[in-house]
Amino acid sequence: MAPQQTERKPAATGSVKNAMTMTEKILARASEKPELSPGENVWVDVDVLMTHDVCGPGSFGIFKKEFGENAKVWDREKIVIIPDHYIFTTDERANRNVDILRDFCKEQNIKYFYDIKDLSDFKVNPDYKGVCHVALAQEGHCRPGEVLLGTDSHTCTAGAFGQFATGIGNTDAGFVLGAGKILLKVPPTLRFVMDGEMPEYLLAKDLILQIIGEISVSGATYKSMEFVGSTVESLNMEERMTLCNMVVEAGGKNGVVPADSTTFEYLKDKTSKPYEPVYSDEKARFLSEYRFDVSKLEPMVAKPHSPDNRALARECKDVKIDRVYIGSCTGGKTEDFLAAAKVFLASGKKVKVPTFLVPATQKVWMDIYALPVPGSGGKTCSQIFEEAGCDTPTSPSCGACLGGPRDTYARLNEPQVCVSTTNRNFPGRMGHKEGQIYLASPFTAAASALTGYVTDPRDFLQ
Amino acid sequence: MATHFHSRALTPSSAGLDPLRRPRRFLPRPRRLSLSLALAPPSPGGSIRCRPGFAPLTARTAAAPRPAAAAAGAAAGEAAKSFHGLCYVVGDNIDTDQIIPAEYLTLVPSNPAEYEKLGSYALIGLPSSYETRFIDPGETKTKYKIVIGGANFGCGSSREHAPVALGAAGVAVVVAESYARIFFRNSVSTGEVYPLDTDVRICEECRTGDTVTIELAESKLINHTTGKEYELKPIGDAGPVIEAGGIFAYARKTGMIPSQAA
Repeated sequence: MAPQQTERKPAATGSVKNAMTMTEKILARASEKPELSPGENVWVDVDVLMTHDVCGPGSFGIFKKEFGENAKVWDREKIVIIPDHYIFTTDERANRNVDILRDFCKEQNIKYFYDIKDLSDFKVNPDYKGVCHVALAQEGHCRPGEVLLGTDSHTCTAGAFGQFATGIGNTDAGFVLGAGKILLKVPPTLRFVMDGEMPEYLLAKDLILQIIGEISVSGATYKSMEFVGSTVESLNMEERMTLCNMVVEAGGKNGVVPADSTTFEYLKDKTSKPYEPVYSDEKARFLSEYRFDVSKLEPMVAKPHSPDNRALARECKDVKIDRVYIGSCTGGKTEDFLAAAKVFLASGKKVKVPTFLVPATQKVWMDIYALPVPGSGGKTCSQIFEEAGCDTPTSPSCGACLGGPRDTYARLNEPQVCVSTTNRNFPGRMGHKEGQIYLASPFTAAASALTGYVTDPRDFLQ
Repeated sequence: MATHFHSRALTPSSAGLDPLRRPRRFLPRPRRLSLSLALAPPSPGGSIRCRPGFAPLTARTAAAPRPAAAAAGAAAGEAAKSFHGLCYVVGDNIDTDQIIPAEYLTLVPSNPAEYEKLGSYALIGLPSSYETRFIDPGETKTKYKIVIGGANFGCGSSREHAPVALGAAGVAVVVAESYARIFFRNSVSTGEVYPLDTDVRICEECRTGDTVTIELAESKLINHTTGKEYELKPIGDAGPVIEAGGIFAYARKTGMIPSQAA
């Protein structure tokens, strides 16, 4: 539905309306206010609410308790329920949680529920998608100008589509389920201008690790992060998603990338709902601005045990590793696997450590087996991975990014060193408290797998 | 053990526009005690030490009823405004995986039995460098009513299980230098714990096992073991929400949403 244009009363014309940033504009429209400034607390209409198997049951419990056992959700078409966290496990409670999702969806007649019943083979579940943030994008639930909330910190990923997207807890979600609104404080915006041609050995992951290392894990707390510049414009949607995905690792409330032809092209075959993008005004006020000449940047890692523990990949070349993990909403999308395949192809050798591949969604899994890798003479990612000696790509889900139940595939159950394309490396993140996780781009992860040490991908790509 | 932290952390108040925090009242700075007393190691088992000239304090459990958890039922009503008990001190960037590791997220907080179980795992993710554990082996509740942290407390995931686990374990108040936003928001919405902040790095001046009192109305923390007092930032509008028992209870109490449907 098209948003209403606010009527400008005669007394208001002629005076200069305050310039607003993208985030301020989105929230102004969603709260039906002509303008907003950072710091204002406003009630905002929610366009999409997402939840998954870990937080859904709790949110539904609160909804029922507060709105009544027989209460109905505010809009059965604006809620997207995506089981993805603890799926392929024998943990009974985890399995029960997916059942709880199903019961609620049935009772409330929820339109979008990406169900899985047969855990032994994800492929026989036609509705199942996988990682929520990637599924939201692939299924056309992310649209410019809208407000999307999710019971997951990486909901900020959707900001790549020029919308306001942020994570909330169960109680807030329970409230939204019934009311369709949420109280939000308008965040000030930090602007990150990235210009220059993206070197062939660099990926969006390197850019965001650079930024987080620069401003620290709390540098963007309560703030919005806006990514602009010629480099950002050159990124495809999945790379933009990677950029916005880790906004929360800097403490950020939300991340945004202005919508452009790349966005519209991506959305063409995915959604028929009308949307209206918004853009920061020329004179919008930003809290600070950071500028990067991307052509001068080098592949990055985040060393244990913090996403802001930044180091150049080449400075860590003496770090011996035990395994590599390629997966998650951050680094398990189709583009991420294509990137990893590129490095394996360039090398032609086999990996020296166990290399776990966890596609984010069913679609990503299919792409791995179907898409030809440029320059390979028609080989698919899966063939290249097999030739390189990687593990067979596993069932799509969040997997071991956050450890999970003990029997989760690729969980860190020993105090090992892992290079991972995931988003956090705090102690115990992937399982074992003494595990050491180096966050890296898919290029760097693949290069490291080939040598058995943290490795700059230029060793293979130049 | 604190993970690597960045001293350039920007606190929410630096935005300068947060209506939840009113400007600080001026209070004289607490007198610095001698270095040796400030660095005294905690007594094993958290026994009470006293400063010279004062009678020893007994370790009373907090007289105040705690804010009711959303899952536990009726709202607290008039909660007392002071909290007294032992404190547990942690460092900077205590993320949600340390507060409640992901493997326990299969527990659903709105289920009363699982709520209690969550509490028994609170802070179990802290590295082994924390020799004094938050919850004694075999116990399900903590003896530390107050958690004192550094910068960016609660960073990481949006999991509401984090403040819920702390509240279910028996924590009444967290005092930290700064918070990650989702953790702060979840603490207020659930009414599980008061997330208080302070400009002084209290985490470097208090030791696990110290006896502290927090006077909410006066925004003051008194460490009886060291004899020092600290100014806290007022909890502001978030206070009544937590007191009421969370955002729903508060919204109903103030008429923002209609009373619970039959």
